[in-house]
Amino acid sequence: MNNYPLNPDLFSPDVKQEPIRAGFGRGLKAAAEANDKIVALCADLTESTQVHLFREAFPSRFIEVGIAEQNLAAIASGLACAGKIPFASSYAAFNPGRNWEQIKTTIALNNQPVKIIGSHAGVTVGPDGATHQMLEDIALMRVLPNMVVVVPGDSIEAEKATRAIAENGQPSYLRLSREKSPIISTDQSPFEIGKAYILRYGADVSLMGTGIMTFQLLVAANILAEQGINAEVVHIPTIKPLDNQIILESARRTGRVVSVEEAQINGGLGGAVAELLSEQLPTPLLRIGLMDRFGESGTPAELLDFFGLTGPKIAEKVANFVHTKSQYHRDY
Amino acid sequence: MGEKLSIIQLQRKANDLREDVIRMLETAGSGHCAGSLDLADIMATLYFYIMNIDPANPDWSERDVFFLSNGHTVPVLYAAMAEAGYFSKEELLTLRKLGSRLQGHPERSRLPGLENTSGPLGSGLSQAAGYAYALQYLDDSKHRFVYCMMGDGELDEGNIWESAMFAGKYKLSQLVAFIDRNNIQIDGNTEDVMPLGDLRAKWESFGWHVLEIDGHNIQSIIDAVNTGKAITNRPTVIISYTIPGKGVDFMEYDYHWHGVAPNSEQAKNAMQKLRTLDGKITSGDYNE
Repeated sequence: MNNYPLNPDLFSPDVKQEPIRAGFGRGLKAAAEANDKIVALCADLTESTQVHLFREAFPSRFIEVGIAEQNLAAIASGLACAGKIPFASSYAAFNPGRNWEQIKTTIALNNQPVKIIGSHAGVTVGPDGATHQMLEDIALMRVLPNMVVVVPGDSIEAEKATRAIAENGQPSYLRLSREKSPIISTDQSPFEIGKAYILRYGADVSLMGTGIMTFQLLVAANILAEQGINAEVVHIPTIKPLDNQIILESARRTGRVVSVEEAQINGGLGGAVAELLSEQLPTPLLRIGLMDRFGESGTPAELLDFFGLTGPKIAEKVANFVHTKSQYHRDY
Repeated sequence: MGEKLSIIQLQRKANDLREDVIRMLETAGSGHCAGSLDLADIMATLYFYIMNIDPANPDWSERDVFFLSNGHTVPVLYAAMAEAGYFSKEELLTLRKLGSRLQGHPERSRLPGLENTSGPLGSGLSQAAGYAYALQYLDDSKHRFVYCMMGDGELDEGNIWESAMFAGKYKLSQLVAFIDRNNIQIDGNTEDVMPLGDLRAKWESFGWHVLEIDGHNIQSIIDAVNTGKAITNRPTVIISYTIPGKGVDFMEYDYHWHGVAPNSEQAKNAMQKLRTLDGKITSGDYNE
């Protein structure tokens, strides 16, 4: 029944780890080899956003705009007017954090195929602290009409997602992480924009995650299984368009839903899932993420633990949720 | 494109655009008079003399492109486009109405021939620079030109200076920008609201070739653009001194007309001014 191949070494202590942004760098180069309309812009962060791979391969199609993210977005719009497919990259804190209005007016409203790449998102950017920990980007981008929002779960998926958004003809936001994270998928694992994937079937609760949280959910599901709680794990790499069908099917199957993201609980994945469920299938829901507060400095591992975003911490919250909330029933 | 108009024909065309603007804004009941009127001479010159365009084929791959950065002056752009044949003049009166292609601020995807979307200020020069970059470095289209209009109040926006730096760095010589130097913005005179200071020195220091002209003198506009097109190692900015509300005496120089439309009495008086060339001729009395 489960046709999503997971990395067989997923729970090994030696599981391969790689930053999600590395997959983007490879994907961009591959996409550009296939389509000469693709150009890449960066705002003084070329290597850390992994756009240097593109720059080395296609120097004449790379555009440095300096530390000017508003210009980054609007220049990309102008390039799209001229028929290009621009990838505009910076840190998520600045892109879309600094330039949301330019993205809205010059890109989303025009429905142009500009790709906004927000790297170093979430608390796992670590010691840089709250100013650089972008936690509001999913919410900001998913409210924009025409905008596609993708948050890959590992570097392999990031590569596939990059190639997919390169050819989707739409404004798209790709959220990336800085820190190494476990490879959860394989080259054979499916990725399609707008699809969610069930990584593990269960009966008691659906754990719905995006980005690096999906790995933590798989860990949590193992812990919960030891406690007799049978958790389903749903990986949601596309926040918009949301895969309503898979989410509703899973919610109907388990009767309880938990959303987990390395972002504010308000407006992001949790917001999207809450909107869907409350309209179509009111189901007990627990949202886990940054609980309406800013981040702070620390190592990535310390911060995930501090904010309750590790497998064990998530399992604890889920167990409490399962024990205190009864399942949704069809005869509600 | 069709035959180029003569200077006197361009002056008359600019007057036609002003009449169109007054009619449009009166019918819409809202909109921005001052900049729309003061840009009529430059718009007439761009659309009926300078730009290489084909209104019957708005996406023509060899066209010159115009980016409006101060989107609130779009009525005069719509008027120029209608007069040039992109769409019928009747459609001008749908400005700001539900379902119209002529939105209150320009939307690229609504109307063929509009190159960009603007309204929130400061980003039009970026879009123009992106296009000019593509022509110069990616497509090797050296014969096409990119024009951009900015307001002077708009220069308060940081985004403008980001794009000014960008265009300077990359020596975007196919980019010719205008600044509508009418000295007004919503809250008052530009030098009171936020002094712009020495614009020539500022733009020159960003790597631009700077020209200063009377923005109502057709020959000066043509000469400046020709100079800008001939400069091959820098972008050009033409600081165009204009009279806000130009052509309608009770609107001229008054910043209160920045964002206001005339009522029917005011529109009638405005049309009288425009039709009679301020009383110098009597054959065009406005009685509609």
